[in-house]
Amino acid sequence: MHPVRRQRLFMVIFIVVIASIAVGLLSFALRENINLFYPPSDIVSGEAPKGVRIRAGGMVVDGSVVRADDSLLTHFQITDGEAQVNVQYTGILPDLFAEGEAAVVTGELNDEGMFMASEVLAKHDENYTPPEVAEAMQEAHNRAKTKDVDAESAKAQTSKY
Amino acid sequence: MSQLFSWKWFHRLGSPRWFYQTSGKWLPWLSMLATGLLLVGLCWGLAFAPQDAKQGNSFRIIYIHVPASFLALAGYYVMAIAGAIGLIWKMKLADMVMKSAAPIGAVLTFVALVTGAIWGKPTWGTYWVWDARITSMLVLLFLYLGVIALQYSYSSQDAASKASAVLSLVGMVNIPIIYKSVDWWYTLHQPATIKFTEAPSMHPDMFQPLLVMILGFYCFYAVALILNTRVEVLCRERRTRWVQELVASKCT
Repeated sequence: MHPVRRQRLFMVIFIVVIASIAVGLLSFALRENINLFYPPSDIVSGEAPKGVRIRAGGMVVDGSVVRADDSLLTHFQITDGEAQVNVQYTGILPDLFAEGEAAVVTGELNDEGMFMASEVLAKHDENYTPPEVAEAMQEAHNRAKTKDVDAESAKAQTSKY
Repeated sequence: MSQLFSWKWFHRLGSPRWFYQTSGKWLPWLSMLATGLLLVGLCWGLAFAPQDAKQGNSFRIIYIHVPASFLALAGYYVMAIAGAIGLIWKMKLADMVMKSAAPIGAVLTFVALVTGAIWGKPTWGTYWVWDARITSMLVLLFLYLGVIALQYSYSSQDAASKASAVLSLVGMVNIPIIYKSVDWWYTLHQPATIKFTEAPSMHPDMFQPLLVMILGFYCFYAVALILNTRVEVLCRERRTRWVQELVASKCT
């Protein structure tokens, strides 16, 4: 390679490396602000600020969704597997909002630790399945569960004797 | 190194005339392949692939959104690498490729953003959210627009090429950020469905048409880039004898 070209090649590599370092440092310094939402464990531990608009994200806890009969008021809990946050929301929920699915809520934490949401977004996962396959998977899952229960109860019965 | 490795083919590749003649032979085949793949992929994906269990039919926008995003990112590498080659070897053809790649990439990024917004409304409940994936994709659009703007803001083509090559090299940092943003930070956008190391988290009946669409978009990108570059070649080489002969032979 010609020395002049080699020098220019090093210049190009230099530009790319320096730019990467700069952007790397920048995103490291701003890492908290780049996150779209706080997980429930951060909110429960008090790391999330109170009285300002923040977002919280997590899975909607199974069986936690309670809808009011006479209004659009909804209560539910979101979890990240470690902690749970109670959310209160008045309004129309997105179609994909469901128990066991992820959701991102925007709002404020009040003093009782209740998250007063003004917006609820459903978060979709990266899995795509046709309805029949999803049904079959659900059935298989349920069957495995009942089998486990059967096995356990059988064990309990045998241990009785 | 020069004894072991011949740079001759590389320098011949840099001849605009050679590129114009060779690409002319390839173009019809490549266009047919692109049209065929896109038609098959679109029909298969939009009409025959099963609908998604949770999203219903709205998931079908993935057949445009994902290929467009793929090529928006890959096209940036094409542009930046062409820019680097232009900087290092002063190769005229590389500068032309860089200039031609910018508008195609900008359009693909725009398509990815718009289809994402249209899908976001029924799925998430909002058109737009400032999460890391979507914001870094918007930055990509501005980088493309910046390269286009720089190309037209110098009176000397050499200075314009140099400036936009440096900008595209600096902006290259953004590509891995876009790709990994969904893993590094909490985002509303879901993680990648198609992974390089694992099987895709998508049913094969839905994944196969997507694969056809991605291949089709790659071919379409190649066709668009070649067409754009050919125009650029003719424009910049208009004073050379071979272009004038070519034009004269077409006019008679």
